[in-house]
Amino acid sequence: MNNHYQLLVIGGGPAGLAAATTAAERGVTCALLDEQPTPGGQIYRAIEAIPEQRAKLLGPEYLRGRKLVNEFRQSAAEYFPETQVWSIDKEHQAGLLHNHQAHFITADQIIIASGAMERPVPFPGWTLPGVMQAGAGQILFKSAGIVPDNGVVLAGSGPLLLLLAWQYLHAGVEIRVLLDVTPFANHLQALPELPRALLAYRYLSKGIAYQLELKRAGIPIMFGVSDLTAEGNERLQRVRFSHAGKRKSIVSELLLTHFGVIPHIWLTQAAGCKHRWDNSQQCWRPELDDWGNTDIEGILVAGDGAGIYGARAAEHAGRLAGLQVLSALNVISRQERDQLSRKDRKRLHEERHIRPFLEAYFHLPDNLLATPGNDTIVCRCEEVTAGQIREAVAAGHENSNQVKFFTRCGMGPCQGRQCANAVAHIVADARGKSVAETGLFRGRPPVSPLTLGQLAQLPKKGTA
Amino acid sequence: MFKQLPADETEIIGIVFNGKALQAPKGISVAAAILSRNPDHTRTTPVTGSKRLPFCMMGVCYECLMVIDGQANRRACATYVEEGMRIETQLGVGPALALEGGGSE
Ligand code: FES
Repeated sequence: MNNHYQLLVIGGGPAGLAAATTAAERGVTCALLDEQPTPGGQIYRAIEAIPEQRAKLLGPEYLRGRKLVNEFRQSAAEYFPETQVWSIDKEHQAGLLHNHQAHFITADQIIIASGAMERPVPFPGWTLPGVMQAGAGQILFKSAGIVPDNGVVLAGSGPLLLLLAWQYLHAGVEIRVLLDVTPFANHLQALPELPRALLAYRYLSKGIAYQLELKRAGIPIMFGVSDLTAEGNERLQRVRFSHAGKRKSIVSELLLTHFGVIPHIWLTQAAGCKHRWDNSQQCWRPELDDWGNTDIEGILVAGDGAGIYGARAAEHAGRLAGLQVLSALNVISRQERDQLSRKDRKRLHEERHIRPFLEAYFHLPDNLLATPGNDTIVCRCEEVTAGQIREAVAAGHENSNQVKFFTRCGMGPCQGRQCANAVAHIVADARGKSVAETGLFRGRPPVSPLTLGQLAQLPKKGTA
Repeated sequence: MFKQLPADETEIIGIVFNGKALQAPKGISVAAAILSRNPDHTRTTPVTGSKRLPFCMMGVCYECLMVIDGQANRRACATYVEEGMRIETQLGVGPALALEGGGSE
């Protein structure tokens, strides 16, 4: 690894791969850093080594990743797997952890392609062993061929839940029930967005086909579910929920939940980039121009880390960011950049047709996000409850950051990744304000914990 | 809770979990290798000692912190099995307080 590159790309999913390939093809020195051992990101995880049979179970959309990864492998971009980035600053210096060693490198341009994470939604019992996120189930399946053994309950809202159910069905997993918490009112709300969504009928028809196949296979699906609760003594034993006006329960040792995905913004935050609250996507996202430029010169964001549009859109956004970097480095002119970007810009626009519909259809109800019971743990690390957060507000703490210092909520190892959104919602609700006003935890490097030993190895900043 | 689907031609390596020798397919994460053995927990929390298992499997929740090759607070979902690796359940903050910085301004 050199100390300096013209371009640093962070994240090895579709956006990062496309960006790095685009830039490296034109001779730009480029390093791509990723936490995973192989390229592909969460969506195309383990795509190179996966046994053929398992790949088939994951569906055709997954196999698309092969081309992207091959092109990247053939490019001159340097690839550093199992590498964590724990800081980025305005001077384009990135702090990394590679082979257990912490060091700094610099770059003329940085593209952050950190992707998405599952939206964490606190509900009673969500910390019990046996409760996991649906994405976790999918990662275990893709990367290790590990699937539920003794039945599973799937609960939540969003396309991934349906996809996972479909994949499990084909892998012979017993799905006890699929609990859909999408409110019925959403159907009506989403209707005005349907005409545009029809332009992306591929996504719609796939969703409908999955649902029909699950029904035909006899998988029970319950719609309009609420008040999800995980119960058990030291581990999950039973899932309780409300459905059709009744309280019901089902025995299960595994519950996988999904409440949509949100951009992973911890690096853009640490860098000090400007973010805004997006009401439709119900998440914070960095403010960008059409090329992916943040408000800090030379720092760009591409893919789902910039806002949720899916894997195909990420690929196009990655290429656009790559072209922008080429023009910023004077490798191509602005005119060339505009010309070369036409196809990707058009495709990106087409990929986005489905989004307003999906966002309205799967919009999570406020009572799910903002009103967990006082006993419900919100901060999994420091075990801070919703009640303690409300007490902090009642004591005069007005925003997320004040609540954090008062309660330690968000100060554990995950640094608020799991509770930041929930805290903002709860504080906003308690104060009768908007989430945008209550704000997000301030991010501060290192965004992932370093050991004292690793810190001690670091040269003084700027001398690396 | 979980099982491993039969896989073709995967190289198998040896790891040690809480003193017991186990086999695992090369290249999978420590969290995946341990979850396929259905432990009842992989760590206990420092605050109340409650039991936890990995939650997100993608490196963001820090629920999978374990003691790996003697080093505490390593994310089992972002660490990959290697021949002879020693993996232990992490109790509370683990054998040595190794967390530093971040989120505590
Ligand atoms: S399981 Fe979430 S960080 Fe490892």
